[in-house]
Amino acid sequence: MMRHWLALILMAMLLPGVVQADSNLPPAALANTQLPDAKQEAEAKALMETLRCVVCQGQSIADSNAEMAGDMRALVRGKVAAGEKPDAIRAWFIERYGPWVSYKPEMSAIAAPVWIVPLVVFFIGLWLVRGRFRQRSSNARPSDKGEA
Amino acid sequence: MKKLAIWAPFVLFLIFVGVVARGLIQPGGRVVRSALVGKPLPVFTLPAATKGVRGLNTADLAMGQPRLLNIFASWCIPCIAEAPVLLELKAKGVAIDAIAIRDTPQDVARFLARNGNPYQRIGSDVTSAVQLALGSSGVPESYVVDGKGVIRYQHVGDIRSEDVPMILDQMEVAR
Repeated sequence: MMRHWLALILMAMLLPGVVQADSNLPPAALANTQLPDAKQEAEAKALMETLRCVVCQGQSIADSNAEMAGDMRALVRGKVAAGEKPDAIRAWFIERYGPWVSYKPEMSAIAAPVWIVPLVVFFIGLWLVRGRFRQRSSNARPSDKGEA
Repeated sequence: MKKLAIWAPFVLFLIFVGVVARGLIQPGGRVVRSALVGKPLPVFTLPAATKGVRGLNTADLAMGQPRLLNIFASWCIPCIAEAPVLLELKAKGVAIDAIAIRDTPQDVARFLARNGNPYQRIGSDVTSAVQLALGSSGVPESYVVDGKGVIRYQHVGDIRSEDVPMILDQMEVAR
């Protein structure tokens, strides 16, 4: 009985490896190989760190071991080597997967409140507190010092 | 009025907690959709995926009639389940082409021999480059492409038998 359970648990541990099928091909040429030009490689690396892997959605393609992330890295390196600008490559991905694929936030109609609201709230706060400070200073007498 | 207003920050705080809690309880497991729906197919040319089939390029998918473009792979398990449904769609008159992702000619041939061949053309995309250009994030996925080569609909995941009427509808809409 105990042995059956052990076998079951072992199978359960092995199963994810079976279900998560990968292809039989090796990674693309530039997936895990740096570009010979150090400056281009630095550009590509910086871009890869801010592009989201579309399979393992919480990771950048620089961090991910997914096969597709490898193909995305190869694509990025290939484009950088061909002289494309990182911003153009990011735009290429956004055109296909939406702004979601980029970790670098862009200003847009939907995202604008995220930037503007904190500023607005801050100034509303200042405005609210302003009245208090003024009251405090006009009422302040030497004997009030030290009071909370 | 003033008595009510005094609760406003607390209510705002509760709303904030609610939003955060919701994000924590249902983290973003999400389907990645292509942003190319409604736009023309990217330009590509792919060699034949195995002996005896024809390769696939953008022009093949813009021949005046809507076509179904299936992204599949021999190593993809749901693709095996999808194969009979694609054969059913073919029997109902749907023209289907495919792109095989990261595949070898032998594996594709074995897959077709085992599961049937609903495809008119099969291009081989060894580095997923065309898959990425299509905004696809996995296998299997299917695109309904109209006669002018414009993507009209994207189906993420395998097409099940209950999806057949919906796919036929989409093909009709793309006509």
